[in-house]
Amino acid sequence: MPESSPRVGLFVTCLVDMFRPSVGFATVKLLEDAGCTVEVPEAQTCCGQPAYNSGDRANARALALQVIEAFKGYDYVVAPSGSCGGMMVKHYPEFFEPGSTEHDEALDLARRTHEITSFLTRVLKVEKVGAQFPARATYHDSCSGLRELGIRNEPRKLLASVDGVSLREMTDAEVCCGFGGTFCVKYPGISDKMLEKKIRHIEATGADTLIAGDLGCLMNMAGKLKRMGSPIKVRHVAEVLAGDHETPPIAEAK
Amino acid sequence: MTEMSTITFKDNVTKALADDKLQFAMTETGPRFIAKRTKAREALPEFDALRDQARDIKDHVLDHLDIYLETYEAKVKETGGHVHWAETPDDARAAVLEICRKANAKMVTKGKSMISEEIDLNQHLAANGIVPVETDLGEYIIQLRNERPSHIIAPAVHLTRDQVEADFRRVHTHLDPKRDLTEIPALVEEARAILRQKYLTADVGITGANFLIAETGTSIIVTNEGNGDLTQTLPKVHIVLASIEKLVPTLEDATTILRVLARSATGQDFSNYTTFSTGGRRPGDPDGPVEYHVILLDNGRANVLGTEFQDMLRCIRCGACLNHCPVYNAVGGHAYGWVYPGPIGSVVTPALVGIENARHLPNASTFCGRCEEVCPMRIPIPKMLRHWREKEFERHLQPTSMRWGLGLWAWIAKRPALYRKATALASRVLANQAVGKGRLKKVPLASGWTEFRDLPAPQGKTFHQMWKERRS
Repeated sequence: MPESSPRVGLFVTCLVDMFRPSVGFATVKLLEDAGCTVEVPEAQTCCGQPAYNSGDRANARALALQVIEAFKGYDYVVAPSGSCGGMMVKHYPEFFEPGSTEHDEALDLARRTHEITSFLTRVLKVEKVGAQFPARATYHDSCSGLRELGIRNEPRKLLASVDGVSLREMTDAEVCCGFGGTFCVKYPGISDKMLEKKIRHIEATGADTLIAGDLGCLMNMAGKLKRMGSPIKVRHVAEVLAGDHETPPIAEAK
Repeated sequence: MTEMSTITFKDNVTKALADDKLQFAMTETGPRFIAKRTKAREALPEFDALRDQARDIKDHVLDHLDIYLETYEAKVKETGGHVHWAETPDDARAAVLEICRKANAKMVTKGKSMISEEIDLNQHLAANGIVPVETDLGEYIIQLRNERPSHIIAPAVHLTRDQVEADFRRVHTHLDPKRDLTEIPALVEEARAILRQKYLTADVGITGANFLIAETGTSIIVTNEGNGDLTQTLPKVHIVLASIEKLVPTLEDATTILRVLARSATGQDFSNYTTFSTGGRRPGDPDGPVEYHVILLDNGRANVLGTEFQDMLRCIRCGACLNHCPVYNAVGGHAYGWVYPGPIGSVVTPALVGIENARHLPNASTFCGRCEEVCPMRIPIPKMLRHWREKEFERHLQPTSMRWGLGLWAWIAKRPALYRKATALASRVLANQAVGKGRLKKVPLASGWTEFRDLPAPQGKTFHQMWKERRS
């Protein structure tokens, strides 16, 4: 880690940008509280995962190059998402011929890129956050963060340090919620079946708050919970860690 | 045969989701398999190291498959057996039929074989006046129902006990209609008693193979019921149906992979029966088949060698990816529409029947990665599914609406300034519609989302807008 304040480029993610900027600002707060200087490169849009997972390799590659270019020179690149993070860390290098400049640059970006909770704990060695947030919470492991980046204890450890948060594990916390990007609109019936099982496990914990680290999964689960009339509040982990209780939970109004 | 096509996947899914018995059967079994595998894995510290070894063994075989196939063929011949090369399902069916006819067979018993399913052998035999009798309990049940297996190792996993009872009463009409079949062991006993007779009268026994060993010409089957042993040792003729990628170089290699097979499949350390067959009855042997035949099926597999799909040929058909797949557990195996269901099926099926005939399968995945996480052969299943999606994209096999939508989105996403304007507009429009609610019940063009869930509304401004305001 650079000695003085590390210069962090925030990868906002397209969902946070468009649907829930508060997650982005919570991430900025966490990074600044931990001593980072945060910048938000203008030229970022989306990591390209929708194209990549739809078989459109050319567009995925073009968007990868755009991200690589936009985030040159930062000590670190941090995203409030294990999914976009996984895309950048695990998949960008696959687009380029090993030995090429682009491949080297993709590997360089991959080395500098982190999901927010793993960045705080693994890189900055943050042991606790100074937030206060009353919640009987349960945590859902989003698939990409869990299986591509190995994130499991990091968010739980930080959440446990929040004053007021008590965590209770749900059954099958590591099983997919049924989001899967375009999957959830291409195969809504299957997605809903998976979602129903997930919701049953969430409800069985008696938690009043559901927390996860990826906005896609969160919007999926919140959308279902609210459709069912559930009072369970749904929040991104960064918001809880930043102590943001001003912003209404996902899918709820002020 | 109840045919469900890979093409009608979406309709199959709708039916499966509305099938209460299927849904009940699926909730019962999935978690049980998973718990057993987890326990078996935890009890063996070297499990993951064995997975690496298993992967390396198969990679080596696949890189030198021609050599191992030739070595194997020579060894089988040396032990008095016969090898029949079958490029297509037609070739394989013809070879089986010819052997059966020479043996003047009226009835054949069958151990569990996915290759038999792949080549639709039972129909072919029946059409030619030979009665096939499945001896694996699950296979026996689905044969009574004229169905395909819904799982690679548990073919009748989609059924409930009462459905099986009804089938037995319908078919076993020679038995007392008042008999008690309320407990599963009673059903097992009934099937066993009926099958005992069949073993003794069958003219030919057909089994699959979990492994073929090049250095010895041996075939291995793994079962829990012992039905495979009776099938292959009692009749005069034993036919082994196997696909070319079943080869391993040595006995030791086979045992290495066996150590991860049962643990991954059923959570057992080892299956109840692991049976090695090397040729037919030798002079002085008290029993065993007089003739030993191996039919080696290609059916498109050789075309996969050397491509980005080669890793799929490492599969040992343990079914762990099915058990752990949330999509498989939601819809069951029949929805996939062909022989091989679940994650590995969605990789294998397009290779065997053509991606144009199976285009939904690689798309019906969230890429959650659990399949790859549990695969004993470390097959990168999500990566291969994505490769199939790339093939579909290249060949314009995806729906036009999706192509256009995605193309437009990508076009904008590659132009950050324009993207900023588009997202700001969309964010504002959606937020305005949801004032005081925080969510939307209906959104134009988003029925896929809103059919089952509300759409959380945007907060009104994009992050980039707000960041700019904060900075200025």
